[in-house]
Amino acid sequence: MELYDWLLALHVLAAFSWVAALVVYTVVIVAGWGLTVPSDVVRMFRVSRVGDALIAVGMLGTIVFGIWLALDEYEIWDGWIIAALVLWLVAGGVGGQEGKVYNGARDRARALLDEGQDSPSPELNAMLRSQRGLVLHTLMILLVLAILVIMIYKPGA
Amino acid sequence: MLAVIRPDDWNFPLLLHVLGASVLLGALIAALTAQLLAWKRESPDVISFARLSFRTLLFLAIPAWFLMRIGGEWIAVREGWDDVPEEPAWIGIGYLTAEAGGILILIGTILAGIGARNLGRSNGERGGTLVRVATVLIVLVVIAYVVTTWAMSAKPD
Repeated sequence: MELYDWLLALHVLAAFSWVAALVVYTVVIVAGWGLTVPSDVVRMFRVSRVGDALIAVGMLGTIVFGIWLALDEYEIWDGWIIAALVLWLVAGGVGGQEGKVYNGARDRARALLDEGQDSPSPELNAMLRSQRGLVLHTLMILLVLAILVIMIYKPGA
Repeated sequence: MLAVIRPDDWNFPLLLHVLGASVLLGALIAALTAQLLAWKRESPDVISFARLSFRTLLFLAIPAWFLMRIGGEWIAVREGWDDVPEEPAWIGIGYLTAEAGGILILIGTILAGIGARNLGRSNGERGGTLVRVATVLIVLVVIAYVVTTWAMSAKPD
């Protein structure tokens, strides 16, 4: 196996890790949709910790091995590579905003538990059903899908 | 530089295959996380995690497996791998883990479903063993699919 094969394999594994993180977050968002009790919400967010690890590995791995691959085998200024880099940056920004929305709900649930309140909370449910969070998550999925399409079709290569 | 010379009409089936495989891995990791969280916990934690795991396998992992498998067969036929006397090792690994993994996912889903139902009916007293057996099966499938992802992208001789 040559360096290119290893870089490609690690780049693809990182991309799978990123998609896996989005799937984990989607499962948590769907499962948390009807929750109102703080302890249930805190419990559900335990699953999202794996998503946090996967998205860190995925985003870091795709950019490091992706740029390495581009320098080794392609041209870093190719249009499809520039487009993917821009989408990666946008996805990073969108992911950060999305994290604020859902981490806010998780932190509120923890705070309620710390205060000894474990009764149904309409406020908490409204945070979990946030329109903004849903829009940002959908946008994140579309961005990653667009990057995947660019990586496979390589327009202009 | 196979990627650069890949004919355009191979791209869509490859996209379906990669999308299905990455969503499948994410669904398996989400289900596995819930199963591991259910492993030692007392009810109601164990019941809600077991249900989450079963629903993730049923509604996400199984459809994603079909997308991965259909896309994989489509691209294999397009590339002419169905018509060679001796296929390369990475294709063999792909077929083996896809088929065997599919059976294990099906068995794991059934066990997780029965386990979650029994846990719910017995208030967490019965069904835990079935969920644990399903956990072991899904661990094996996740390991196999990570190795397969490496083999399919690096294509070792």
